[in-house]
Amino acid sequence: MGLTTLPAAAPHATTPTREGCALVTGGSRGIGAAVARALAADGWPVAVSYRSGADEAHALADEIQGLALGADVTAPAAADELIAGAEEALGPVAVLVNNAGVRADGLAIQLEDDAWDSVMATNLTAAFRLTRRAVRGMVRRRDGRVINIASVVGPKANAGQANYAASKAGLIGMTKTIAVEVARRGVTVNAVAPGFIATDMTADLPDGVLDAVPARRAGRPEDVAACVRFLASPDAAYITGSVLTVDGGLSA
Amino acid sequence: MSATVTRDQVTPVVYDALAELGPERDQIHDAATWEELDVDSLDLAELSQVVEEEFGVRLKGDDVAQIKTVGEAVELIVARAG
Repeated sequence: MGLTTLPAAAPHATTPTREGCALVTGGSRGIGAAVARALAADGWPVAVSYRSGADEAHALADEIQGLALGADVTAPAAADELIAGAEEALGPVAVLVNNAGVRADGLAIQLEDDAWDSVMATNLTAAFRLTRRAVRGMVRRRDGRVINIASVVGPKANAGQANYAASKAGLIGMTKTIAVEVARRGVTVNAVAPGFIATDMTADLPDGVLDAVPARRAGRPEDVAACVRFLASPDAAYITGSVLTVDGGLSA
Repeated sequence: MSATVTRDQVTPVVYDALAELGPERDQIHDAATWEELDVDSLDLAELSQVVEEEFGVRLKGDDVAQIKTVGEAVELIVARAG
């Protein structure tokens, strides 16, 4: 088998050399907002989608000179609308960050169908539809990055989160499979798996959960955003189908 | 969308799309098989996108799996667009 010899890569390319924009779902607050800021700092025009938190999303869009798009990602037409909306204003979606996520906890024996379905619809099905739609253009352009915000929960158990764990484990399986399907077109698909990150979503968790974290502190949204920023950068071109864990050692 | 799409309209679009996917232009003819052209399932998915944009014909994975040659693809597109 012959290996192609590639020219030496330029070290530390810090600005995107690629055309287009980044789309971050669930970008009005928390990890999504931090991701949007980090990608904007790297020079990407950024569109954020939001379901609630319109004021925050539009304030963020103003701050980063980006775009805020209202959408419920679980609506069947949302993927088409979001990608088309971002492309119309900012150019082809070169980076898709599937960040929109929800939790609806309960012990499995008491978990209602609604709690199962809604978590799967947002965390997994919406990410699939957006990826399917975005990757079509990326494959044609021979360039693109999909970054799915997964979780350390999924590969690892967390009592009370059968639905959330299943959705995040599914997201990782989807990430790896689509990565393999499109790798030869210069499109990478990766996941970032945060541990306990201090956001609105985790605000109601007891302080005791931090005892299990070797770093003895909660992560910041910016810690997760740094991983996304790297995976979207030119330096990460050869990384695909990977899960980058950012959890202060929780799952080590 | 015009009511009918002819072979003469479809053929150059399919040949051009295939040429962009890798095969040499002089290898592409109606009797050429995907295997001969080294065209794989992802290439065919891309070809389907081009066809959908140009002719409004949606080819599904199952449709594409049935066809083995360039000419068969052209025929299927003409039939679907008709």
